[in-house]
Amino acid sequence: MKAFTQLNGLACPIDRANIDTDAIIPKQFLKSIKRSGFGPYLFDEWRYKDHGEPGMDCTNRPLNSDFVLNQPRYKGAQIMLARENFGCGSSREHAPWAIEDYGFRVIIAPSYADIFFNNCYKNGMLPIVASHAVVDKLFKECEATAGYSLNVDLTSQTVTLPSGETFTFDIHPTSKHNLLNGLDEIGLTLLHADKIKAFEGKHKAAQPWLFA
Amino acid sequence: MAGKTLYDKLWDSHVVHEDADGTCLIYIDRHLVHEVTSPQAFEGLRLAGRKPWRADTLVANPDHNTPTKDWEKGIEDPISRLQVETLDSNIKETGALVYFPFKHANQGIIHVIGPENGTTLPGMTVVCGDSHTSTHGAFGALAHGIGTSEVEHVMATQTLIAKKSKRLLVRVDGELGVGVTAKDVALAVIGKIGTAGGNGFAIEFGGEVIRALSMEGRMTICNMAIEAGARAGIIAPDAKTAEYLKGRQYAPKAADWDKAVAYWNTLATDADAVFDSVVELKGAEIAPQVTWGTSPEQVLPINGRVPDPAQEQDATKRTSIENALKYMGLTANTPIEDIKLDKIFIGSCTNSRIEDLRAAAVVAKGKKVASSIQLAMVVPGSGQVKRMAEAEGLDKIFTEAGFEWREPGCSMCLAMNADRLSPGERCASTSNRNFEGRQGQGGRTHLVSPAMAVAAAIAGHFVDVRSV
Ligand code: SF4
Repeated sequence: MKAFTQLNGLACPIDRANIDTDAIIPKQFLKSIKRSGFGPYLFDEWRYKDHGEPGMDCTNRPLNSDFVLNQPRYKGAQIMLARENFGCGSSREHAPWAIEDYGFRVIIAPSYADIFFNNCYKNGMLPIVASHAVVDKLFKECEATAGYSLNVDLTSQTVTLPSGETFTFDIHPTSKHNLLNGLDEIGLTLLHADKIKAFEGKHKAAQPWLFA
Repeated sequence: MAGKTLYDKLWDSHVVHEDADGTCLIYIDRHLVHEVTSPQAFEGLRLAGRKPWRADTLVANPDHNTPTKDWEKGIEDPISRLQVETLDSNIKETGALVYFPFKHANQGIIHVIGPENGTTLPGMTVVCGDSHTSTHGAFGALAHGIGTSEVEHVMATQTLIAKKSKRLLVRVDGELGVGVTAKDVALAVIGKIGTAGGNGFAIEFGGEVIRALSMEGRMTICNMAIEAGARAGIIAPDAKTAEYLKGRQYAPKAADWDKAVAYWNTLATDADAVFDSVVELKGAEIAPQVTWGTSPEQVLPINGRVPDPAQEQDATKRTSIENALKYMGLTANTPIEDIKLDKIFIGSCTNSRIEDLRAAAVVAKGKKVASSIQLAMVVPGSGQVKRMAEAEGLDKIFTEAGFEWREPGCSMCLAMNADRLSPGERCASTSNRNFEGRQGQGGRTHLVSPAMAVAAAIAGHFVDVRSV
């Protein structure tokens, strides 16, 4: 997993409450055999005017120019501003896969659905919970200012606005540690590699037939 | 100090590391892999630049998407084909102890090929990205299904992050009547404890009835432990277990064999061990079972009647009966024997082994499938099962009776390939799940034993196999 320490990135406001994972990545893309490559299909039904199918080349699909991701000023955005209960509905891990693959590393919202929230960490993304007041302010400023960028620092748990104003956010210490060090569960387990090898040695001596 | 249960022994002998909160790293001895739940795991490994910790623990095989006829045409659905080809290329890259690609003579349902090749052994931990991995518990192995992220975790670390379950003993004593099978025992247990009855438990099946079952019957029971809510079902290994395994390709050989058998004999639950919970059934009281609803716990003996929601006091249960009757197109109080069928499916990792086919053939011999049945199919669990059945002439018995004799695979158990029910069609199926849409959108599934499925095929409706 990619480590996350600090990011100075363009923000993009997705102004709708209760966005579910079906909207984030529609069900037909679950047939895919991949964990990557979902970025072009992120918000597929909102983003394109035609019906998307897995494997489709998206470069020439008709774009819905009203949808915020399609506006040129948000091209290359890495920080998503979102509303409450973001990521509700089906538990599909394809949703964070799609958001991350598109290029987002941080989401700022007043609240998230549980499973989605945890899935973000598993995929190297930082979901920040901010108060309604802060989120409202960010939405307003972002929509009013082209090139609106935020500085997110995980070590100090702060977000700095272009005005220099700063707010802090909470994060579970283990999640912070794992994200700062780029540790996923596999990475953490591999910290016990010596123990696994030692176990394996004993196990092999006792039951050699388990080792072909 | 109280003794240990079989589950305790399996668990304790695989703990690599334990956290303060009881979360453990469990060493995994065998990792079964199929095409549907593995591609993202392999890709995850690649993206992270990781290699499988021990590729020699992998046993892999496509089964969910493979067609059961016209193999020479290959896999017509491009998405299914891609999943199968992806498994090919992934295994080519990582290696495996056993890999049977599509059309290989030994290809089959992953839970059938594991045991028949001797890659499932007592005392092992077995995982697979598939809930019916519980099947392998029949050998006295700790076996359960895992998710795609866990598939990747096991490949990368040879361990699984897990917490110990509670211990439930399901004891079935006495003797089964003639015509009553392991499948009926499994359904009767689920009918008794419910689909959530095993939540949080590892179930050990014991008692005279279980001891008397063949290994194949034991696999059928453990297969369905997951339908009772338990991730794992286990049965202590005994002389029958060893006899089944002896001489199989990947079973221990020579000096290892004796050492292995001696070790396996130590695994049984100690006489003074304590379970967290115990459920008892009497074998003699179990009749052939038929599910009438959309959950495996909605099950009745063959001589029962479809329940009447009006008789149910509990409002939640009443609603669930009403919903099930509506989906199943059944009227309250209908005798089970009056339910007419459209299709018959004999197969799946629950009931597609040679003994299941033999039991089915005994009932089919010299009879004809009723003209009202649109399709009756027998799908062997593996290439080996298929060849064995053909050598015994079972295929002839089936085809002469009007059954289709197919190539091995999961088939209409989950309808991911072309074998499926049309909306409203009613099927007697030897598989394990009667969920809405499981065998095809709008399809109606009744779970039964192989012998009961054949009896229903011949009569056109359910009948008590004990009377035919
Ligand atoms: S036969 Fe059915 S239950 Fe068994 S592995 Fe295949 S799809 Fe799953």
